[in-house]
Amino acid sequence: MTNERVAVAKTYKIYIGGKFPRTESGRYYPLESAKGAVLANMCRGSRKDFRNAVVAARAATGGWSKTSAYLRGQILYRIAEMLEGRREQFIAELQLQGVNRRRAESEVNASIDRLIYYAGWADKYQQIFSAVNPVSSSHFNFSVLEPMGVVSILAPESSGLLGLVSNIAPAIVGGNTCVVLASQSKPLCAISFAEVLHASDVPGGVVNILTGFKPELTGQFASHMDVNAVVYCDGTVEIAKKVQELAAANIKRVVARVARDWSGDSAQDPYLIQDTQETKTTWHPIGS
Amino acid sequence: MSAKEKPKTLQLPDLDRVALVDEVGVEERVARFRSRSIKNASKVEALKMILSMIDLTTLEGQDTPGKVRQLCQKAIHLHDGMPGLPHVAAVCVYPPMVGIAKKALGNHNINVASVATAFPSGMAPRQIKLEETRIAVADGADEIDMVISRGEFLQGHYEFVFDEIAAIKDACGTAHLKVILETGELGTLDQVRKASMLAMHAGADFIKTSTGKIQPAATMPVTLVMLQAIRDFYFATGRRIGMKPAGGISDAKLAIHYLVMLHETLGQAWFSPEWFRFGASSLANDVLMQLQKQQSGVYQSADYFSKD
Repeated sequence: MTNERVAVAKTYKIYIGGKFPRTESGRYYPLESAKGAVLANMCRGSRKDFRNAVVAARAATGGWSKTSAYLRGQILYRIAEMLEGRREQFIAELQLQGVNRRRAESEVNASIDRLIYYAGWADKYQQIFSAVNPVSSSHFNFSVLEPMGVVSILAPESSGLLGLVSNIAPAIVGGNTCVVLASQSKPLCAISFAEVLHASDVPGGVVNILTGFKPELTGQFASHMDVNAVVYCDGTVEIAKKVQELAAANIKRVVARVARDWSGDSAQDPYLIQDTQETKTTWHPIGS
Repeated sequence: MSAKEKPKTLQLPDLDRVALVDEVGVEERVARFRSRSIKNASKVEALKMILSMIDLTTLEGQDTPGKVRQLCQKAIHLHDGMPGLPHVAAVCVYPPMVGIAKKALGNHNINVASVATAFPSGMAPRQIKLEETRIAVADGADEIDMVISRGEFLQGHYEFVFDEIAAIKDACGTAHLKVILETGELGTLDQVRKASMLAMHAGADFIKTSTGKIQPAATMPVTLVMLQAIRDFYFATGRRIGMKPAGGISDAKLAIHYLVMLHETLGQAWFSPEWFRFGASSLANDVLMQLQKQQSGVYQSADYFSKD
């Protein structure tokens, strides 16, 4: 009898509405390491998976947008804590996908720090972006930010974890829910990050993560009428044109974050939160 | 013989001899209905069919004449932007709203259905139930949705329930009678089958699953058992009975599964609002969203469809 153990490989599934289903399409694509070894069979998400994810995200908007800013900050901090506890797993996954040890470490560290950064902004961005406006009538006139609702995010291709976190965090800290398409070539961390979210008191449906082919799904992310804003992080002029044209059907906001270096300090600022916020201006009559 | 003619003699069958239901078999059969592949062209036809079978419903204690008029307007103008679609079958309201709905719907060929008989509990003396039914019919209700006395049924007082349905049917006159079994309170599928048989023998034109006030409301297993009862009753008597699942059917996909079940249990002959209805309030919007999706190729948002 031998004591050699058969390693248990993880099945990477997608994350919709707080659950980990397989793609409804039953399609997969093999993810290969630099040396050509198959690392995992990733779900090749379909437009129906995306539709289901939007339904889940829409259902979660009511509760999440009404969660107090303080609690949203606490939950983001909790995500960072959970990620910290699983650093080694994420470093190992990044290395599998061709990132060297030193860079993998710094990417995971930066991801954790980025979550802490946005956790801190949770109850502060309102102050800097809101205003009492001078008007020449007997009104008290003020503008405040409100979350837009459902945000679809085409995550950066080059940065499997940090790029993902850097786009999810500012969307959800502002009370939005989101549907994210992970990097097609570096998708492992995205699904493991879904497990982190799942263990961090983030309500089901607030973040939904799909894996699949960008060219196939970009159009869906841009055209869905029940999506309020679309964020894209890569792409040629043709893709930008396509996204903007399709987004016009329901006048959803288009946020382009192309060719950014997600590792720098410049990749985080409260304007990324503002990107997916709507300004509401109220005219309140006062006695003159 | 059409369902509109009254059967000559009504007789309560021996319910102890009603065949028992194989619960596991029903679950498995239902699972099969849910796995049918529906191609796009069929889907569009199914969605149109569903639309024509909907009883647009508002049954809240807080209903006002304004709310009912609004619902009627919605029924009339449901899809002005998408010409060529059928209208809904009926608007379903409480008895005091029947006159208002009738007037609001005018001559648009949409029926007014009224719940009656102390809906949803059914806890009232028979005299009052009959009076309520007569008032609703006099006010112009084309269809009456009655509830059975579940307490009496569960105690085994089948004669009582039978006589009650027959009496209400009599009070309906020319109005169609739908009998709500409230399957969520009957407990087992055997009881559902018994109650279905009882209601059909007592003169029901339709049998209906639920009030929508009790969970679980309409489920596919319960509906399958009722459809099978309708089939057996049809073979035994030649009388055709309609079916109305109500409560909890809020999306088009699920409604299509119901149509598949209807097709494979009773067949094409029941594919008409005359024989099959959906009791729902939010289903119509989802059906319209799916039709729009089929036309435009883009997934739709509830933001662009009227709420009530």
